[in-house]
Amino acid sequence: MATTSTTVPGAGPRASSRSFLSRLRDGDEIARLLTFLFAATVVLITATLVYQLWVDSVLPRHKFGWKFLVTEVWDPVFDQFGALPFIFGTVVTSAVALLIAVPLGIGAAIFLAELAPRRVSDALTFFIDLLAAVPSVIYGLLGVFILVPLMREVIQPFLRATLGFLPIFSGPGYGVSFLTAGIVLAVMVIPFIISVSREVLMSVPRDVREAALALGATRWESTWKVVVPFARPGIFGSIFLALARALGETMAVTMVIGNTPKIAASLFAPGYSIAAVIANEFTEATGDLYLQSLVELGLVLFLLTFILNGLARLLILLTERRGSGAYA
Amino acid sequence: MNATAKQPISMNISALPGATTREMLADQPMRMTISKLNFWYGPKQTLFDVTLGFAANHITAMIGPSGCGKSTLLRTLNRMYEAVSNARLEGEIQLDGQSILTQDVTQLRRRVGMVFQRPNPFPKSIFDNVAYGPRINGHNQPLAEVVESSLRRAALWEEVKDQLHKSAYELSGGQQQRLCIARALAVEPEVLLLDEPCSALDPISTAKIEELLVQLKELCTIVTVTHNMQQAARVSDFTAFLLTGVMVEYNPTPQLFTTPSDPRTEAYITGRFG
Repeated sequence: MATTSTTVPGAGPRASSRSFLSRLRDGDEIARLLTFLFAATVVLITATLVYQLWVDSVLPRHKFGWKFLVTEVWDPVFDQFGALPFIFGTVVTSAVALLIAVPLGIGAAIFLAELAPRRVSDALTFFIDLLAAVPSVIYGLLGVFILVPLMREVIQPFLRATLGFLPIFSGPGYGVSFLTAGIVLAVMVIPFIISVSREVLMSVPRDVREAALALGATRWESTWKVVVPFARPGIFGSIFLALARALGETMAVTMVIGNTPKIAASLFAPGYSIAAVIANEFTEATGDLYLQSLVELGLVLFLLTFILNGLARLLILLTERRGSGAYA
Repeated sequence: MNATAKQPISMNISALPGATTREMLADQPMRMTISKLNFWYGPKQTLFDVTLGFAANHITAMIGPSGCGKSTLLRTLNRMYEAVSNARLEGEIQLDGQSILTQDVTQLRRRVGMVFQRPNPFPKSIFDNVAYGPRINGHNQPLAEVVESSLRRAALWEEVKDQLHKSAYELSGGQQQRLCIARALAVEPEVLLLDEPCSALDPISTAKIEELLVQLKELCTIVTVTHNMQQAARVSDFTAFLLTGVMVEYNPTPQLFTTPSDPRTEAYITGRFG
């Protein structure tokens, strides 16, 4: 229209081609409100989750109180429920997983980002990203068919013979154990650590590497003392992701941990984790107290994830050397 | 690259015809020399038969339009080009009469320091930034002394002496660049390379750094790359003009800017291209 109304200069609605929305007065306000609502949804979902878990676990909370958290007995027949063996199993398997996965994952990420030829790095990263997408039940199957026999016949006897004086490597081993679950979890979270850490390392500006090299640093000195510290917040981010996945992993863990609600000093002993017990027993839970105890376990897992993440962040804040936090 | 441009204009410095300013250049003891340098990135040749020398305790500026190879030339002097996988070099570069191409590269870079285009402090405290070089290279002085003297030389000490343990990122851009100079000075290099050190800075910070460079001549030989001709004219003793990988003219700075001997130099400094 604006192009045709040449006879009336200045009177044509010149802006008619602009979209209605972008011309709305207070458009910024509306955009702000909309995006705020989207963001608020996240908080809302979290709150609903906690609320629902809280409401649906009223029976065991009243019956056992705080003792639920420190009771070792899980006996549906006598209506005795305690979360401690599951908390123990969840924490121990995740700790084992991180102990294995963090050094391996970060080492591999450093190799891929800093040392490997670009083409090799890209090819390997493709496979690593594939690994991250493999469903956990597949990892569970691999665990059952490969790792469990291997643990029973090779790894556990070997560890017992060499490090058997340590309580964590003593006692009989049947293959299914905390250690087995920890190893499977490690295999599952390593791709996350590698993929994210590599990305972060590669985004460290070339300038910063070259500054170290220009001072006479060797390639390794520049990587280890400058590039890795520069990328540290992102690397820690990858570890948080890994921790969150390890804590909540259900399927693969339940297939190899042994599903025995016991606390044991030995990593060779079978155990149980929170996510595994909920998945295994939810459908067959008879009686409200049993069912609600499982719900309360869910609440505990939620809080545990929250607390461990918080502790990890606190640890980082405390160990962060002064002067290095500006980019965090 | 056409034939006329490829013709090596660079020459033996002592063979230059006899104007007094040129003798001034010829009489200087050279700290570093480059002879017959050819350079390739993959199949693309970026430097052609470059020959020049850097006079000890003087400032040499390399000027030229973007892509003329001046930064590449600078980065051959501490073999920083080796960070690029497909780079190849032919020719000879010497530091104090010894080839740098066969030396241990970390040892070379300790003697030939470098400051980059954009300030690039490490994500560490001010103190740790300056102490990085002495720490990895070993040192016989107390670290605190090295850090203080380096920061003083970089004219930054008074501004940061009470906040040495703050992050380097809390400094302004100009301060960060002087910190990078202090970091380079802390390993006591014989030669300091600067790759457009002021191009990311405001005029006041630029003036401070220029002033600083003139003072630093006492300590080391300075080679700076700049696309800012006024800056070259202000701070340098000698200027080399590069064009498409060829060194067109190398003369004492006053002469190059007032009576250039090559028409292409004249065209460039009068702003006809670049």
